[in-house]
Amino acid sequence: MIHQERMQVVRQQQIAEDIFELTLTGQLVLDMKQPGQFVHIRVTDTFEPLLRRPISIASINHELLQFTMIYRAEGRGMTILSAKRPGEEVDVLGPLGHGFPVEEIEPGQTALLVGGGIGVPPLYQLSKELHAKGVRTIHVLGFQSENNVFYEKEFSELDDTYIVTADGSQGTKGFVTDLLRDKAPEFDVFYSCGPTPMLGALEQTYPDKKGFLSFEERMGCGIGACYACVCNTTDATEKEYLKICSDGPVFPRGVVKL
Amino acid sequence: MNRLQVELPGLSLKNPIIPASGCFGFGQEYAQLYDLSKLGAIMIKATTLETRSGNPTPRVAETAAGMLNAIGLQNPGLEHVLAHELPWLEKYDVPIIANVAGTETADYVAVAEAISKAPNVHALELNISCPNVKCGGIQFGTDPKSASDLTAAVKAVSDVPVYVKLSPNVTNISEIAKAVEAGGADGITMINTLIGMRLHPKTGKPIIANGTGGLSGPAVKPVAIRMVHEVSRNVNIPIIGMGGVATAEDVIDFLSVGASAVAVGTANFVDPFVCPNIIEALPQKLDELGYDKLTDVIGRSHR
Repeated sequence: MIHQERMQVVRQQQIAEDIFELTLTGQLVLDMKQPGQFVHIRVTDTFEPLLRRPISIASINHELLQFTMIYRAEGRGMTILSAKRPGEEVDVLGPLGHGFPVEEIEPGQTALLVGGGIGVPPLYQLSKELHAKGVRTIHVLGFQSENNVFYEKEFSELDDTYIVTADGSQGTKGFVTDLLRDKAPEFDVFYSCGPTPMLGALEQTYPDKKGFLSFEERMGCGIGACYACVCNTTDATEKEYLKICSDGPVFPRGVVKL
Repeated sequence: MNRLQVELPGLSLKNPIIPASGCFGFGQEYAQLYDLSKLGAIMIKATTLETRSGNPTPRVAETAAGMLNAIGLQNPGLEHVLAHELPWLEKYDVPIIANVAGTETADYVAVAEAISKAPNVHALELNISCPNVKCGGIQFGTDPKSASDLTAAVKAVSDVPVYVKLSPNVTNISEIAKAVEAGGADGITMINTLIGMRLHPKTGKPIIANGTGGLSGPAVKPVAIRMVHEVSRNVNIPIIGMGGVATAEDVIDFLSVGASAVAVGTANFVDPFVCPNIIEALPQKLDELGYDKLTDVIGRSHR
C-alpha cells in the first residue's frame, strides 16, 4: 500500500563527502516490506524545486517506526533535504517499487552483494535480511575515492566486505569487476545496485549465475503513470518495456536491455 | 444543489477537475491512492492506432517551477486500450475523455471512430499539439487549415463530442482556435506544453535525449491564462483550461478568464492527491469570493 505522509526527522548526519544519512519516523514504515524499495521525497512545500526525489531505503526499523536513507547532497533538492533538522517534517510518498527478492536464495547459501556509490545503501537492509534468514553475504562496494566511502563498518559487522576505489585511495584500485576477477568469490546469487555500466559488467562477468539488479532513471511521478523512466527489455520477457519505478527498480538479470 | 456541477458537450461534470492526459496514465496508478469517482472526468493517455514505444531516456528534466518532458506518446495502442484500459475504468462513476493521437489523418480517424464507441468515453480530445513526436501531432496544430480539416474528418466519424487540444507554440492561437471551431469542434482544451530545452551544466548538451521537451508546471501558468483569456473572447465553444494548475486558486483563475473546467497535469506528480484536494477546497473558495456556484465564476475577467 502506498501512502503519503509528513514524516518526522529523527536524525540527520553527514557520513562522507556530500553523503548524508537521514532517519525519519512515521506510520508509513509499517508498509516497508522488501529491501530495495524506495521513497519519493518532496523537500519543500513550494513549487521550487518542483518534483519529488526518489531515494532508496537503506534500513528499516519496524519496532521504532523508523527508516534510514543515505543520499548525495548535490543539486538543489538534496541540498534542501540535507538542511532538515530533528523535529522537522518531510513529505514522503512510499514505499514504492519492487525490491530485492530475499526468497530467491536458501539458508546456508552465499549471496554476493555489489554496490556502486549511491547504489550501496539499499544493499544494507538487504544484507541484514539475508543474514536474518541464515544466508552468508560477500559485500563488494565501489566508490570514487576514500572521501566518498561510507558504511564500511556497518557492512563489515555483517560479513566479509571489500572496498574498491576508482583512484585507489582506499581498498583495491579500479572497478568492482576488477576485484571480482582477482578474488573470484564463490557464491550462489548476486544482488547489485549502482551505475548501469557496472550492472552490465556484472551480467557479463557471471553469465550463468542467478542475479538481481536495481536500476535508476530520472523519474516523474514515481508510481508508473507518467512513463518517464521506462527501459527496453530483452527477449527474456514478453513485455516490450518496463517502468523502473513501478515494475522495478529491481529486475532479474537479463530482463533489461543493457 | 451541487455547487461544482458543470455541463459541457457530452460531459456532465460533478466538479470541474480533470487529470490531464499524459499525467495520469489510464488511471490504474492513482486508483491505488483514492477513489477515481471523485474526479470530474479523466483525460486518459494519448492513444494511437499502433503501439508506440516512445522516445529514448532521459525523458524528463526539472526546470525552475516546472519540468520538461519528451515521453513521445508511449501507449499500448488502440486495440489494447479498448480491450483492457477502458473496460477497467468502467467500475468508476467518471466520464472518460479519450485523447486521440496519430501521424496522419487516417490514423486519427481510425482511432476516433473506434474509441468514441466505448461506453465510458463521453468525449474525445484531439491531440494536435504533442511537441515530442516527429510526424503528426503538432504539425496539425500549428496550421489553421490542417487543424480545421482534421477536426472535420474526426467529427464526421465520432459518436461523441470532439474537443481539440491546442498548442501554445504558435504565433496566433486564436486563429487556430477559430479554425477548429469552423471545423466543427465542440470544445477546446488548452494549453499543451511549451517547447523548451535544458542543458547539462557539465557537457552543455540537452539533458533530455530528444533534445527538446514540453515545458509544464506552475512556470507556464501565466502563458496559459493569457491564452485562455484571449481564445475565450474569440470562440463560442467551451474551453477546458490547463497549464500549471496546482491549487484551487489556480482553478478559479482559469475559470475567471473563461475556461469552463480545468485539467491538472504535472501537479499530480508533485502531490498525487492534488485533484481530490482541489475538489475539496473549491466550495470554500467560492464562499470566500461570494459566489453560489462554480459556473458563476466562469468568464468574470471579461465582465
